[in-house]
Amino acid sequence: MANYLPFEEPILQIEEEIKKAKEIEENSGVDTSKMVKDLEKKLKDTTKDIFEKLTPWQRVQLSRHPDRPYTLEYINTMTANTFVELHGDRGVKDDKAMIGGFGQLDGQTIMFVGQQKGINTKMRQYRNFGMPNPEGYRKALRLFRLAEKFNKPIVTLIDTPGAFPGLEAEERGQGEAIARNIYEMMTLKVPVICIILGEGASGGALGIGVGDKVMMMENSWYSVISPENCSTILWRSWDYKEKAAEALKLTSTDMKELKLVDEVIKEPVGGAHRHHEEAIMNVKKAILKTLEKLSPMDPDDRCQKRVEKFCKMGVFNSK
Amino acid sequence: MGWFTRKKEGIVTSTAEKKETPEGLWYKCPKCKSVVPADEHAKEMFVCKTCEHHDRIGSLEYFQILFDNGKYTEFAKGIYSGDPLEFEDTKKYVDRIKNERTKTGMDDAIRVAHGKMNGEDFVVAAMDFKFIGGSMGSVVGEKIARAIDKAIELECPFMIISKSGGARMMEAGLSLMQMAKTSAKLTQLSAAKLPFISLLTDPTTGGVTASFAMLGDLNISEPGALIGFAGPRVVKETIGRDLPEGFQTAEFLLEHGFLDLIVNRKELKTKLSHLLYMFKN
Repeated sequence: MANYLPFEEPILQIEEEIKKAKEIEENSGVDTSKMVKDLEKKLKDTTKDIFEKLTPWQRVQLSRHPDRPYTLEYINTMTANTFVELHGDRGVKDDKAMIGGFGQLDGQTIMFVGQQKGINTKMRQYRNFGMPNPEGYRKALRLFRLAEKFNKPIVTLIDTPGAFPGLEAEERGQGEAIARNIYEMMTLKVPVICIILGEGASGGALGIGVGDKVMMMENSWYSVISPENCSTILWRSWDYKEKAAEALKLTSTDMKELKLVDEVIKEPVGGAHRHHEEAIMNVKKAILKTLEKLSPMDPDDRCQKRVEKFCKMGVFNSK
Repeated sequence: MGWFTRKKEGIVTSTAEKKETPEGLWYKCPKCKSVVPADEHAKEMFVCKTCEHHDRIGSLEYFQILFDNGKYTEFAKGIYSGDPLEFEDTKKYVDRIKNERTKTGMDDAIRVAHGKMNGEDFVVAAMDFKFIGGSMGSVVGEKIARAIDKAIELECPFMIISKSGGARMMEAGLSLMQMAKTSAKLTQLSAAKLPFISLLTDPTTGGVTASFAMLGDLNISEPGALIGFAGPRVVKETIGRDLPEGFQTAEFLLEHGFLDLIVNRKELKTKLSHLLYMFKN
């Protein structure tokens, strides 16, 4: 059963009308093909209309859509099931909110690392809602170094509501784990591509978010805080999340404009959650195209360019 | 009928007769409540004589403590916040910045300076908590970047004194990327084989902990400082019970392996010089 957000309701209505028309034809033999055709056109137009006018808050809702494809689905589809998951940080445990391993993209071996959310209540708990602990970031770093050793490019897939703010996470150094990753990722000698698939919340996202090319899915968000938490802190109420979403300039379009990400990956009209295959193939194409440019570069030059890119970020006035 | 009745109406002492103590003459320790004259407290480097409580101090006080004869050169001055996001919550960000700058007389939440510490060149970036909670936005990132350039130019060690609630929300994505920017600059310092000391002072949390503050060749803190990624209130809400005593203090972090040492402020300069001497010789 597909899920529909409130602003997607008109789509649901037309879809139901189409279904009914088809049922009528099947049951009574009345030719409804013209009606169906008209409705399908109406569906297309309505969808386009809704998706052209998405507000920042609606995009945030889409980024968390329960039907949206998650990291492992992207990897498995893109790599035609050649992906082998590798586990553990070799220190504490295996973090289920952070996954990683080798897989092949059109014959090319790539190290994939990303946060994983659960597809149902039980799995959401198992995956800790995509909120990694320090060992998740340390597993990611271990896999980055493994890829570097065998000269394989790295692709990180980001989808997290944040790093886990728990007691053990603090004991084991959540801050240090994220800081270490940001620092070490600057120095990786292989190409690094980062893609925000859904939610890119703050340090939890940036902890695997330093790359030569950082891309965002059209309906994803990336910022220093979630709109809800921002609303709670600045307005002292949960009710200003829509305003906060606007103020934070967290959409893919805004982030690209601010030059904080390099590229936006188009989603099919209607969103990735309605067209998994197409969205995933867009990501695959973007990765392959980017690698074509990054792979031939001299490793030291590539690192230097990466460092320089991040050094340029920030806007200020000076006398 | 009430248990107490007022015999006389109104307050009997007239304002003119009130005896007032001039502000700032005495210092009362928030921890042990002992009272000392304020100038004596300053001489003690704002550390309580009775219980060693380390008072929060600003960048200028640290510069005074660290640099020889309190002589130093502040640089990268006159950089202040832009507002590319045109951020507005209950207040416009530009107005907030304007107010803070007037109120504190500072550009932003950090000052950077170079000078001599026991005769050796030293570059220090020190954060100020009183400027929007020491939050890190583009200006903090840029000043740290320039300080690192200065250390590379002078071929000398570099220290950041962290004191911050984390990334500045009003600069959203831009402030998040300052975590990446400062870490990127630190890789350049590291390539030049120059020591980076991170001094984590009360409080150091959020995006600052999750970037440069935890990346020192040496991570040092002052006694009792609050250090964490998530703030204590958030952690408490997450786990749904009270936090253990001493959670997220410098001592807690030392015990869990995230600090090299805790140094009393009064011994800071001597200890740093000694360590940096050993790095060099």
